[in-house]
Amino acid sequence: MTQTGHVPGAGTSAALATERARKEMLRDARIERRGGPRPRIGADALCEALLLQGSNTIWGYPGGVILPLYDVLADHPGLRHILVRHEQAAAHAADGFARASGKVGVCLGTSGPGATNLVTGIGTSMLDSVPVVAITGNVPGVLLGKDAFQEIDITGITLPMTKHNYLIRSADEIPHAIAEAFHIARSGRPGPVHVDITKDALMGETSAPHPTQAEVEAGLPGYRPKLDGHVRQIKVLADAIAASKRPVILAGHGILISQAERELLELARKAQIPVAWTLLGIGVIDESDPLAYGYMGMHGWKHVNRAIQSADLLIGIGMRYDDRVTGNVRTFAPSAKIVHVDIDPAEIGKNVVADIPIVGDAKHVLAALIPLTPSVAPAARADYFAELATWRTASESSAWHGSGGWRDGVLSADFVVERIAEGSKHDANLTADVGQNQMWVARYGGFKRANSHLSSGGLGTMGFALPAAMGAAVAVPEKTSWAIAGDGGFQMTLQELATIVQERIPVKIALMDNKKLGMIRQWQEIVYGGNYHSEQLAGPDYLKLCDAYSLPAWKVSKPEEVDAAVAAALAVDGPALIWFEIAERQNVYPMMPAGKGLSDLIDKWGDDGEDVTEGSSGPRVDPTDPNAPSGATK
Amino acid sequence: MSGAAPARALPGSGDARRHLIVAIVNNRPGVLNRVASLMRARNFNIESLAVSVTERSDTSRMTLTILGDEVHVEQATKQLYKLIDVLKVEDVTDSAIVEHELALIKVRVTSKSRPELVSLAEMHHGRVVDLGDDAAIVEIVGEPGDVDRVVELLREFGIKELVRTGSVVMARGSGSIEEQVKR
Repeated sequence: MTQTGHVPGAGTSAALATERARKEMLRDARIERRGGPRPRIGADALCEALLLQGSNTIWGYPGGVILPLYDVLADHPGLRHILVRHEQAAAHAADGFARASGKVGVCLGTSGPGATNLVTGIGTSMLDSVPVVAITGNVPGVLLGKDAFQEIDITGITLPMTKHNYLIRSADEIPHAIAEAFHIARSGRPGPVHVDITKDALMGETSAPHPTQAEVEAGLPGYRPKLDGHVRQIKVLADAIAASKRPVILAGHGILISQAERELLELARKAQIPVAWTLLGIGVIDESDPLAYGYMGMHGWKHVNRAIQSADLLIGIGMRYDDRVTGNVRTFAPSAKIVHVDIDPAEIGKNVVADIPIVGDAKHVLAALIPLTPSVAPAARADYFAELATWRTASESSAWHGSGGWRDGVLSADFVVERIAEGSKHDANLTADVGQNQMWVARYGGFKRANSHLSSGGLGTMGFALPAAMGAAVAVPEKTSWAIAGDGGFQMTLQELATIVQERIPVKIALMDNKKLGMIRQWQEIVYGGNYHSEQLAGPDYLKLCDAYSLPAWKVSKPEEVDAAVAAALAVDGPALIWFEIAERQNVYPMMPAGKGLSDLIDKWGDDGEDVTEGSSGPRVDPTDPNAPSGATK
Repeated sequence: MSGAAPARALPGSGDARRHLIVAIVNNRPGVLNRVASLMRARNFNIESLAVSVTERSDTSRMTLTILGDEVHVEQATKQLYKLIDVLKVEDVTDSAIVEHELALIKVRVTSKSRPELVSLAEMHHGRVVDLGDDAAIVEIVGEPGDVDRVVELLREFGIKELVRTGSVVMARGSGSIEEQVKR
């Protein structure tokens, strides 16, 4: 185990005190320069509105047209502005902040490139229903549409990837727009809302009052999320549960969003139903609970997918039956009646035909369902649970489970994830990047708590882990925040090392370095017949890199070094990084190739010799098949 | 396990036909863009779109004709309804409705063909709204099929220019989609 770096000077309590004193001095000088109190302008209204919404953290980056806001920020000391190194990270940090805390995250950028840099993060929040308010400055109203310096039609760009967006041209509109943006972002099916504000609106004097919540809701006749499910449909579901022999609950993100974990457990216990979860549903149930069956889907556990395929009733709650969950819909759960509970009516019937559709909030629907559901004695499902237990034992003990590689002295990624989770007492927030590392975190993270797993599921955004973990660390300072990233994703946003050092954000980074774009390599091996291209990824000497950023770091290449490095990183009062040199050619198994079904999982550890497949069809997939779902994430 | 079981049906019958959708929306800048952008992003094909202000100045009414099967079109209405500025959406295809569109057709005329054009227009409840030495504009209002027929008949004169508004529809009887908007 190699160690480098030292506890950073920047960010120490002495440095922070100096910074505070400097800000106070500047504020006094500004008041003196102005010759007394100044009028309230649009930028003040914006700051007040954020504080009224309970928002005290802004992730941002200044620029020309947003400067009027930075000119007044110091006059609103309740707001903490965290300066990132790239606006994409501001959007991801706001997203991570929101996922970990359930509050609305706020990010900020200037016009033009500042705004377009936010776009990837806004899209990430959109696909995963994360409440974020993204604020951008724009050129003065008279210059709109004139191709002014740093002008781009950013509301045109964010329109299809936000829940709603605004172009604000007058200071008087700001209080209402911000209040409405927060309401829309966090209610119903949450999502990002973008507010673009012209420079003259930020600078204009205004006495506009802040609206009450009732005024905000009254002003939105076209937006009334339906929370309560249809009573008759809920009864139909209760009857279906009573009649079923092999029910499975498919628990999704909606349960976390509506904070229905307790109701979920109550239903599962009362009717003795095993719980499977989607990628974003991880944390809906303590994974060590006897009714917690496992993670489903493309890289889910084989026993879980097997249970789904043999189910007679699938109860999908707060999930959307997307292609990574169902595989080929034609062969998905052939004998199951499909229940679909979701707050978004457009999700129901979109990907699969629902036999029992229920539009409503997961918590409301479950609360109404539980009293109608008959109690099932565990003995009544003894045979079912015995079979599930057999499948689970077989699946967990097979060679590709995280126990094969490290015994041979090879550092396998699943082992590292297990040790990080164990070392953090299964109580840390684990933020994954995208690709193999994401699947290892999902499978081996051993989650016990809601909102402790952060992952870009829908958009699959590489570079997400570090900035999102920053957001989680600031939102929930009492929990350890890990960023678990591959060397590909890490190199996309590693500029944020400077942010965590400067702001002393205690993110622990686990860099899973296989010197490859691992999932690309895996797909090229399995789907593209070993035709490797652009999968080799050179990286820097990460110890030198961390030293340059004054970040404590360790390098680990042997299984026996893992625990000590995790403990050492956790002992640092501040950010730290562990560079894990993991096996270079490890694949994520099992794997459902695109276009195949949940019964067609490939499951073989290592990459020597033939892969083993279940079912009649071989692993080779025609990459040109137009019916195959979209291809590899990286 | 999946061997003997029949394949799960995919959503939708696949029987595409023309659907008429009425949407009441906020009369604000950018709302048409939101609707158009949604239709493009979700891969819905708009055949025609007519927009105008309603009896209330703060709302507009859109009539869209979309080609698709029932699930496809239901998706379109649900996605439309998710737009904050959309207040009410209804698929009125199978309702009792009046569906009309207006067409202006500029045709060539000569002194010889002029009387023939005027009588043809009148016979089909159209009007000649502009008449010159060598060209005339015929206005026709009616169901899209009626408009098609008149356009066909006018071809022999030689059509110089043609514009159609696309369908606008209204339910028969006392019901009002505008009154159903919750405020």
